[in-house]
Amino acid sequence: MSRQRLSGWGRTTPGVFDVETPDTEELVALELAKSSGAIARGLGRSYGDAAQLSGGLVIANRSLNGLGEIAANGVVRVGAGVSIDELLAFCIPRGWFVPVTPGTRQVTIGGAVAADVHGKNHHRDGSWGDHVLEMRLVTPTGSLTVSPTTQPDVFWATIGGMGLTGILTSVTLRLLKIESDQVLVDTTRYAQLDDVMAAMVEGDDEYRYSVAWVDCMTTGASMGRAILTRGDHATRRDIADATLRAPSPARLRVPFDAPAGLLTPLTVRAFNEAWFRRAPRRREGEHQSLGAFFHPLDGVKDWNRLYGPRGFVQYQFAVADAQAQCVVRAIERLSSSGVPSFLAVLKRFGPANHGPLSFPISGWTLALDVPVGPAALPDLLDDLDEMVIGAGGRVYLAKDSRLTPAAVRVMYPRLDEFLEVKNRVDPRHQMASDLARRLNLLGK
Amino acid sequence: MENAFAQPQNVVVLGGSSDIARAIVKKLCAARTHTVILAGRSQALLDDAAREALDHGASRTDTVIFDAEDTTSASETVRRCFDKVGDHVDLVIMAVGRLGSQSQDQNDVVAATRMMNVNFTWPVAALTEVRTRLVAQGSGRIVVLSSVGAVRVRGSAYLYGGAKAGLDRLCEGMADSLLGTGVRLQLVRPGVVRTKMTEGLKDVPFTTGVNEVADNVVRGLTHADRVIWSPPLLRYVFALLRHLPAPLWRKVMDR
Repeated sequence: MSRQRLSGWGRTTPGVFDVETPDTEELVALELAKSSGAIARGLGRSYGDAAQLSGGLVIANRSLNGLGEIAANGVVRVGAGVSIDELLAFCIPRGWFVPVTPGTRQVTIGGAVAADVHGKNHHRDGSWGDHVLEMRLVTPTGSLTVSPTTQPDVFWATIGGMGLTGILTSVTLRLLKIESDQVLVDTTRYAQLDDVMAAMVEGDDEYRYSVAWVDCMTTGASMGRAILTRGDHATRRDIADATLRAPSPARLRVPFDAPAGLLTPLTVRAFNEAWFRRAPRRREGEHQSLGAFFHPLDGVKDWNRLYGPRGFVQYQFAVADAQAQCVVRAIERLSSSGVPSFLAVLKRFGPANHGPLSFPISGWTLALDVPVGPAALPDLLDDLDEMVIGAGGRVYLAKDSRLTPAAVRVMYPRLDEFLEVKNRVDPRHQMASDLARRLNLLGK
Repeated sequence: MENAFAQPQNVVVLGGSSDIARAIVKKLCAARTHTVILAGRSQALLDDAAREALDHGASRTDTVIFDAEDTTSASETVRRCFDKVGDHVDLVIMAVGRLGSQSQDQNDVVAATRMMNVNFTWPVAALTEVRTRLVAQGSGRIVVLSSVGAVRVRGSAYLYGGAKAGLDRLCEGMADSLLGTGVRLQLVRPGVVRTKMTEGLKDVPFTTGVNEVADNVVRGLTHADRVIWSPPLLRYVFALLRHLPAPLWRKVMDR
């Protein structure tokens, strides 16, 4: 056991707590039974305070690292502490890919379940939880096997449940068959937000993967200019001598915290301008490696330090198709506020799954990073909350570090359903995190 | 829990009827603070402050009565405040203090001792208890109201200034001792502030209202600075003043 001071990826609200790293399900159960409060932690990629419990116990999952054989139908059982990076290193050479990947490979399988992560293929394939067949979950009232057919309410409360139903030890999921380590990518640049959104509504269904980078710092005619990249796995028909190599590790790293004043509206605007200009107006069928296409930021280790010692927040919301205007208004608000925001990510979501706290809902999602610092930022994000609530949307808990309990209750109308399950498997409210305390998700 | 913008949810105020503390609490309640526990000497004044907190967005308030002249009451007072929060305490504001009357107190041993108890001993005893509890919590914040008068003690207010100087220096060390514990301590050094404590004093340069101090404190919470000056310019003014030759210092400050 060690006492550590850790925070989320946004580095905003560190806490000090005991950390245990059990390597078997039995030890996990033992640690949980001894503690008065605990939460699992993987690679600490949730942005806020989801994977920490100040003054309590954090159960690190990284030693739960078993990797089973991949069955002929792509089904594999992996330890909850295995990272997507490690899983890819194992499965790509064997011709398999993860069914869903977020923007970084540096998340654990347990974390992927707890946040019900999504990727560029949500509009087609849904989120992480849609590909999970079975899980082992250590709850304060016992260790369970859960699946969409065995204790389905516990299964779905755990999908996107932010770790608050128990500690995951292993996950059985179905992988995606691939024939190469390349993606065929079409890139198009749009001078206006309306154009890119129209193009996505019209054409996304033809691609497995689709995402747009939107500039939230330009105003006027070029407000919301964007770069849309869409693609699918290259097959042997596309590349005759296709290889199956795992993504390479990061070659660069940020060795120290950048000074607090580095990210100003001016520098961020310059970066966005360069990023936009660099993209081709239109290019089709470009070959990109899996790593370059899915995880461009993984090329730079510790990139969160670029935001300086005060850290940053990420704001991601989702609204239904009929509320597309909410996306437009949010980008208008941001670009006129002068708050420096790097390129935001705009994407279309397919239908929601059964998880009561799962984030994705059919329609649009927009995600943006902003450094902590501008005095107007807290109120600006509160205004965006109101706008999102007004549009019947929600904010992603895995990225959150500033919502209110009242807002969460409205954004996630099935919260009580989740709390009912939590109270059943955890009647003494042992599963807790700083996020759960802040947002009143303990079920007390 | 505190959020990414250093906006706390559960706040304890020791010296809850202090005008500066009340102005800070109002701003915190407008953001994320829902529970405020106010400890102080007068029930009527605390009730007033509690009502104000509710008006500004708090959903739960409670009060604890104590007498800062009785230094043995400190740890019990802190315990009761934490019990009343009944949850993680995000922020403790130490606003206990009394300006006193230098001309009367300086010839009265009992009065001089009382000034030390109220402005130094009681706060230190309470902060000791707060420190232990917050360190066990693994996160939390302490804000201690000091004064620019603590930077260099004036002859005309050496009892108040001296006690504050002791508290101020002690807290600098306590802040260092908290590194790595998840707990942060920040000192507030305001210039003269128009409050009920300073009623009747004449305005000197850099005199401000309580709202300006509260603004600077709330902004200061989001920074790593150990000391929050109000107005911020006083940081530089006092960098100069504290090194003035004594005759010149007396001439400038003890007119």
